[in-house]
Amino acid sequence: MTVSIPAVRFSRVSRSFGDVRAVDDVSLDILDGEFFTLLGPSGSGKTTCLRLIAGFDHPTSGRIELHGVEVSGLPPYERDVNTVFQDYALFPHMSVAQNVAYGLMIKRVPPHERAARVAEMLSLVQLPGLGDRRPAQLSGGQRQRVALARALVNHPRVLLLDEPLGALDLKLRQQMQLELKAIQQQVGITFVYVTHDQEEALTMSDRLGVFNAGRLEQVGAPAAVYEHPATDFVAGFVGVSNLVSGATAAAITGSPETFTIRPEKILIGDAGTTVYDGMCAADGRIQDVVYLGAHTRYRVALAQGGELTVTQQNVEATSLDVQAARDRPVRLLWQRAHNRPVTTRP
Amino acid sequence: MISAAPAPPVTRRISTYLYRRPALALALLLAPPLIWLGVVYLGSLFSLLVQSFFSLDGFTGQVVRRFTLSTYRDLFTPANVDIILRTSGMAAAVTVAAAGAAFPIAYYMARYASPRKKALLYLAVLLPLWSSYLVRVYSWKLILAKEGILNWFVTHLRLDSAVQWALAIPGIGGPSLSVSLLGMFIVFVYVWLPYMILPIEAALERVPESLIEASGDLGARPVETFRRVVLPLALPGVVAGSIFTFSLTLGDFIVPYVLGNSALFIGQAVLAHQGTAGNIPLAAAFTVVPMVIMGGYLLAAKRAGAFDAL
Repeated sequence: MTVSIPAVRFSRVSRSFGDVRAVDDVSLDILDGEFFTLLGPSGSGKTTCLRLIAGFDHPTSGRIELHGVEVSGLPPYERDVNTVFQDYALFPHMSVAQNVAYGLMIKRVPPHERAARVAEMLSLVQLPGLGDRRPAQLSGGQRQRVALARALVNHPRVLLLDEPLGALDLKLRQQMQLELKAIQQQVGITFVYVTHDQEEALTMSDRLGVFNAGRLEQVGAPAAVYEHPATDFVAGFVGVSNLVSGATAAAITGSPETFTIRPEKILIGDAGTTVYDGMCAADGRIQDVVYLGAHTRYRVALAQGGELTVTQQNVEATSLDVQAARDRPVRLLWQRAHNRPVTTRP
Repeated sequence: MISAAPAPPVTRRISTYLYRRPALALALLLAPPLIWLGVVYLGSLFSLLVQSFFSLDGFTGQVVRRFTLSTYRDLFTPANVDIILRTSGMAAAVTVAAAGAAFPIAYYMARYASPRKKALLYLAVLLPLWSSYLVRVYSWKLILAKEGILNWFVTHLRLDSAVQWALAIPGIGGPSLSVSLLGMFIVFVYVWLPYMILPIEAALERVPESLIEASGDLGARPVETFRRVVLPLALPGVVAGSIFTFSLTLGDFIVPYVLGNSALFIGQAVLAHQGTAGNIPLAAAFTVVPMVIMGGYLLAAKRAGAFDAL
């Protein structure tokens, strides 16, 4: 993308609460029209970043721009962004239609136009005809859709979503992930999405930023972040990863530099299997077997110390076969190219 | 061979028995308060209502126990209507003023105060209720007196002419604040304020912060957010508080007695009719008035949607 002005720009933004730096020197560009996810564990600063964009909170230092205009001191009602709240924050004393129409009413949009846009938006989120209900009469998934409609009806230039699917059950969540992505592509609005669920982030995002302890660890496309984690934290948080360092790393690669290797990249071979060029190998003994239906997770204690987690598809193996693998001596093999050197935080 | 298990202790058998019969357990729990409410409270209310349909024989001074509307005819004589209007007007004014004064305090307590400050404010709001109501009313008599501290303060602020001007208004004025409807109004607002603050505070506390943020996020300035989100959601609390202040003012006879003049209030009229005059039916009819007013008020509040968010 070669868009010149980003939808959201953080320039060295920090936000402190007392001694705690909730957001620590974050610089970030979110491009116009993209689905950007702020991913991180709870307390990592991702929600604070979202609140800084919305204007509910203000940075201690640094600058925030929306479409090239500095907004650092502006209150929420002066910003062209809308938010879908984690608890949906629907007004309980208003009907669904009144909730959705709220922003338009505030902007003095004439009633007939208001009604038309509300109806259009309710059908976009697949809730046509529910306008007269009260929020209390809706299911969790329906409330989530109303919250989305209430924000989208204002045609904001940026839509902020704060873990909007957190309260839904797994099936509904997966369905809503795809729907949200489809809606975003349909309306072409920049989505900034906060979640702690790495799978959700990988499913939906054009790009994502990984937060840890207030700092932005890595920004990139889902595949790039997954395949090339920049730090040990990213490797561990986005998917599962083995972190190999020190003597173990030296025994495997000849260098003590820390690297990560994804469990699904490793093959389990019989002890003594030939090691070809460009392969890494480590001998060990299977310690633990966890049967997970589609695949099995093995914990292998290495002869040179340390352990590796390995996952294998259950292509032919049954649960009895994999259980029998316990205590077997094995040789683990993988392409050297899958090793990812990472920087570790002291 | 089968040996019988030892029987469990009696208390345990009772527990099990009640656990299996939740309706019986509920009935046992609710019976005492319901009997109290039903017999003592509703019963006396009902007998009051019945009394108001009896009449007083003017010659013998005896209550004639026969259904008649003559007592209500007496109730609506101009002098009595005057009392009812004066009392209702005072109750309405006190309620509006108390709501206006209570809202900012309640809002601060619910939204901004730290837990420690909130506890202190609770204490400050409740503290006056620990001392005798009579003592507080009489101390206000001293505060409001011509030689009292308030007048001294006002004089030093050079606002005494404003007070004199207010006291000169016919109907609410008087020789001094301590003998006027104006002074009575001040004292009523003071004594009933806690009953307004607490329900509003409770209602505001139940309004999630995210609703206020959402309103701002959707473009509403704080004033609009207050009018369209905060106030409607706090309305049940305001109504609850106004029921207290309104009905307490309607029924009170001590404040009018201490700070009033010859113009009677409902409470004083009830006292006079059931005491010295022995006219129990008219006293009963007088007490029916606040109940009717409160019923009408609640109905109107419900119509206006005050309880929609509950």
